[in-house]
Amino acid sequence: MNAVLVLIALVTVGTAVAAMSRRSLLHSVLLLTGSWTGVAAFYLWAGAEFAAFAQVLIYVGAISMALLFAVLLTRRSRVDLAPGPAPGSRALYAILAGGAVAGVLVSAVARGSLAAARSPTPAVTVSQLGSLLMGPYAATLLVVGVLLTVALIGAVVLAAGGGGPEKPGGAP
Amino acid sequence: MSPAATTHESLLERGPVLLRDWLTGFLPEPARWVANCLLIIVAILAVFGLLFAFLTLAERKILGRIQNRPGPNRTGWFGLLQPFADGIKMLTKEDIVPRAASPVLHFLAPVVLLAASILTFAVIPYGRDLVPVELDAAVLYFFAAGAATELAVFTAGWASHNKYALLAAMRALAQLISYELPLLLSVVPVVLATGTLSTTGIVAAQSGWKWGFVPHWLVFTPWGAAAFAIFMVSALAESNRSPFDLPEAESELIAGHLTEYSGFKYALFFMAEYFAMCASSGLAVTLFLGGWHAPLPVLEFIPSYVWFAVKLLALLLGFIWIRATMPRLRIDQLMRLAWKFLVPLALVNLGTAAFWSITFQWEGPFQLVRWAVAAGLVVGPFYVLGRGLSAGLGPRTYRFA
Repeated sequence: MNAVLVLIALVTVGTAVAAMSRRSLLHSVLLLTGSWTGVAAFYLWAGAEFAAFAQVLIYVGAISMALLFAVLLTRRSRVDLAPGPAPGSRALYAILAGGAVAGVLVSAVARGSLAAARSPTPAVTVSQLGSLLMGPYAATLLVVGVLLTVALIGAVVLAAGGGGPEKPGGAP
Repeated sequence: MSPAATTHESLLERGPVLLRDWLTGFLPEPARWVANCLLIIVAILAVFGLLFAFLTLAERKILGRIQNRPGPNRTGWFGLLQPFADGIKMLTKEDIVPRAASPVLHFLAPVVLLAASILTFAVIPYGRDLVPVELDAAVLYFFAAGAATELAVFTAGWASHNKYALLAAMRALAQLISYELPLLLSVVPVVLATGTLSTTGIVAAQSGWKWGFVPHWLVFTPWGAAAFAIFMVSALAESNRSPFDLPEAESELIAGHLTEYSGFKYALFFMAEYFAMCASSGLAVTLFLGGWHAPLPVLEFIPSYVWFAVKLLALLLGFIWIRATMPRLRIDQLMRLAWKFLVPLALVNLGTAAFWSITFQWEGPFQLVRWAVAAGLVVGPFYVLGRGLSAGLGPRTYRFA
């Protein structure tokens, strides 16, 4: 069972690392899609069927499309590659920012109380999930929906407002 | 339901399950499970592979007849061996990869496309107790498995390093994303009415007959008929078939994303297209046409999988008929149909289904009111939107023709 988990983790992290190191943005998008599929496989491994299918449907089906459109509409030609390795100061900032995020995540995981013994997986049906989303978590769902709508309207405003001298390039 | 209790015990009805148990029954438990899974996979691939082969033949024959020519008739009896001759031809052809193409992606695109379309077969109930994988979120799985097709078509177009292929890939992306929305929105009312995402649950909800002869199929409700129509139009567009075959339009894009593919990879694309068509038709049968249920109680002696096959073939022949009759849409017409017509209709239809669900206990004269209101909610927006969209466009007069 753990071998499967290690395999999934390797695929997820490996494709993500490869995506970061490719200079062609389109290859990065395709590799990133592989990474998202790995995350979905992890959900499936963990028994969260619904989350896994939703992950594939939304990330592989929709968000990858949005990224592809962003790349294709902002690149001038297919040989227009991402800039090469940046100077050391940028790498330092990158390490600082990445380290901060990693610190927050690691401390959150470390302080959380993870049960040592494996508790039996609770069997959650889709209808239970649905009533939870419509009941106790309805407010959260609405807030997330409003947030996404605001982001969408923001994207439309950014894309439509061509009055300025420079065009906003590839804002996701 | 007393006749049903006897008929679904019949030998023919339980035939596939009995055959499977007879073939794998002697194995110990874990090996038996694996053998059962492999057997199901082989059965699906064999059945749908043969269906694909003969569907291409049927399509060429029917298209030929509609265009007043005989179609393929030289290979075997009435051209029955034509698909196999085509298969051998495709296998022995040279596989050309352009020098400028990205070799890995060029190879990967047809494989991913075919794999994604085969995956969708896993959750369709082909008959009583004949569902390959019983999933709680089967409908969601179906669309998640199909999500990779867009990516594969785009990869095919981009990896070919050809301007026609890239143009086609952009068209395909725009088309597939636009029609994904009405497709999903037309399925939501079914989930709302049946209260389940499981395909077996949806089929079970459509069992039985009203007054002994009107089946409880969802297509026989006002919102169900509208959702079925929206679903079929969107499924047609999702499978890139005529009249929505803009991404591979032969006359303007020299076959689009298929331009740089040859030999067996080209055949794989066609296989994936037909598999996707079969899978969407299968889902349409499951969601709206009562799945494997017989249309009349007296016809229940015919096995359930035969009924599923009959309904599936009827829908597939409908696809072929549409291909022979409808001219291709322009890209702006395609977009307008999706965003200004199908999506609003599907959203209104969701409200209609909600109304239908909350008025399920209305009796007597209220039943008439219920039908009238629901039918008005379906026909009204259709009429208003259709008139609004076609205002100023017709009727056309052909002065020089």
